[in-house]
Amino acid sequence: MIRDITIGQYYPAESWIHKLDPRVKIMSTLIFIIALFVANRYIGYAFTIIFLGTVIYLSKVPIKFMLKGLRAILVIILLTVALNIFMTPGENVLWSYKFITITAEGLYIAGLMALRLIFLIIGSSILTLTTSPIQLTDGIEKLLNPFKKIGIPAHEIAMMMTIALRFIPILLEETDKIMKAQMARGADFESGGVIKRAKSLIPLLVPLFISAFRRADELAMAMEARCYRGGENRTRMKQLVIQKQDYIAIGVISLFMIIMILIRFI
Amino acid sequence: MNEIVKSRGLVYEYYTHNDRGEIEASHRALDKVDLDINKGEFVVILGHNGSGKSTFAKHMNAILHPTGGTLLIKGMDTKTEENIWNIRQSAGMVFQNPDNQIIAAIVEEDVAFGPENLGVEASEIRKRVDESVAAVQMTEYMTHSPNLLSGGQKQRIAIAGVLAMKPECIILDEPTAMLDPLGRKEVLDTVYKLNKEESITIIHITHYMEEAIKADRVIVMDHGQIVMDGKPKDVFSQVDKLKELGLDVPPATELAYYMQKEGIDISTEILTIEEMVDKIWQLYSME
Repeated sequence: MIRDITIGQYYPAESWIHKLDPRVKIMSTLIFIIALFVANRYIGYAFTIIFLGTVIYLSKVPIKFMLKGLRAILVIILLTVALNIFMTPGENVLWSYKFITITAEGLYIAGLMALRLIFLIIGSSILTLTTSPIQLTDGIEKLLNPFKKIGIPAHEIAMMMTIALRFIPILLEETDKIMKAQMARGADFESGGVIKRAKSLIPLLVPLFISAFRRADELAMAMEARCYRGGENRTRMKQLVIQKQDYIAIGVISLFMIIMILIRFI
Repeated sequence: MNEIVKSRGLVYEYYTHNDRGEIEASHRALDKVDLDINKGEFVVILGHNGSGKSTFAKHMNAILHPTGGTLLIKGMDTKTEENIWNIRQSAGMVFQNPDNQIIAAIVEEDVAFGPENLGVEASEIRKRVDESVAAVQMTEYMTHSPNLLSGGQKQRIAIAGVLAMKPECIILDEPTAMLDPLGRKEVLDTVYKLNKEESITIIHITHYMEEAIKADRVIVMDHGQIVMDGKPKDVFSQVDKLKELGLDVPPATELAYYMQKEGIDISTEILTIEEMVDKIWQLYSME
């Protein structure tokens, strides 16, 4: 059961969005998120819906995958809506009971906030659904490269992500094995309250940590044996190249940003 | 210069420290090892746990540095800091646990790891990766995740990863210890092929006797010393000595040994079942 967990949520498909350079996709997602905060009227979000709809259509990812991410933050959305409805002061009081008042302004802002959150999640899911973890890592490494001068270890961050991606499934499998071994000896992971269950995890975590450190030690030796000495003078087999479609994407996202700014200030 | 490995009086000591960081006890893992390995040889190093065979392997890759004596790889001293990367490039190493030596989450990316570290140009890396993966017959798994491969396949990928650095010598430190019989055969076949076709020097460390039968040379280690060195036939025929060291002999040799003890005229220089069958036919026809 534990092996069903997938890391990242990459949806492999042959689409125009999938083929974009990861750097362009990461930057576009950032711009998109900023644009969401620029908008303060419904007309801006109407335009966002058209934009997102087109991107989802082009990405060939079924819409239900996008909505999956929303389920996780449903509580946050509801909470935001509730807070905004009840806490926004305004002149047009629609309904009032003792200290609770609902204003038209409150409803207006609550709706905006909910939409903003929903678009935020869908926008970032498009990035993770259409970009494989490896491309994502490469993209992050390249994007962080200019910040090396101020001490951001771009190569090291990317290497850590690569190793994590490789070892998460292995450690999950190992957890499963240890769990079964403990269960065979009478350990109980499923019954009891929260505290009892948390306690029962200790005999699971200790061997898992020990094995993780042992693996790390062996991996470090194997990496050194293959001449690994950090990011200096290292080359890459796969070079990221900005192509025609990437320039188009940059154009489209810039246009989107400009329109969002115009909608706000005009 | 024909020797790829040249060891003179190699000594390595492990120290156990107590709580205050003082040396409490020392253990000599390698005790004055003298050994020459020539280019193109297929050498199997045998020995039971704690015989020093793995420690010796780690010296050949400059992961461990000798306490005493010298070790030259292609004439380069492993004690000299500047030589380390050249040594690691010429003498690649494959480890025991297939999972703990694969770095990337995609086969081709992992094979590319070595040449990327060496600063090889992108197009050349691509070429080397394709060649190396083809050499271990894993081309169809090029873009797979290593997690879905069997142990033998993972070990072949690890070998491809070393091959992509264009080494002259590959050191395999018990690469078959964690594999099933099928996986072991896959790995061994690959290694033999590389030795014959690409004339890469192979130093294969194992505790499985049968893996040594086809080698050019067998070296037996015990308590950090080389106790036997010779052709497989010469080494395995000394059944008594091997048993004394706590090692097994190939089944056919063992059978010949017991037959000899029973007074049958048979030599213990028999290693494989085929040789045994021939010999029994000969004996049978003589009667």
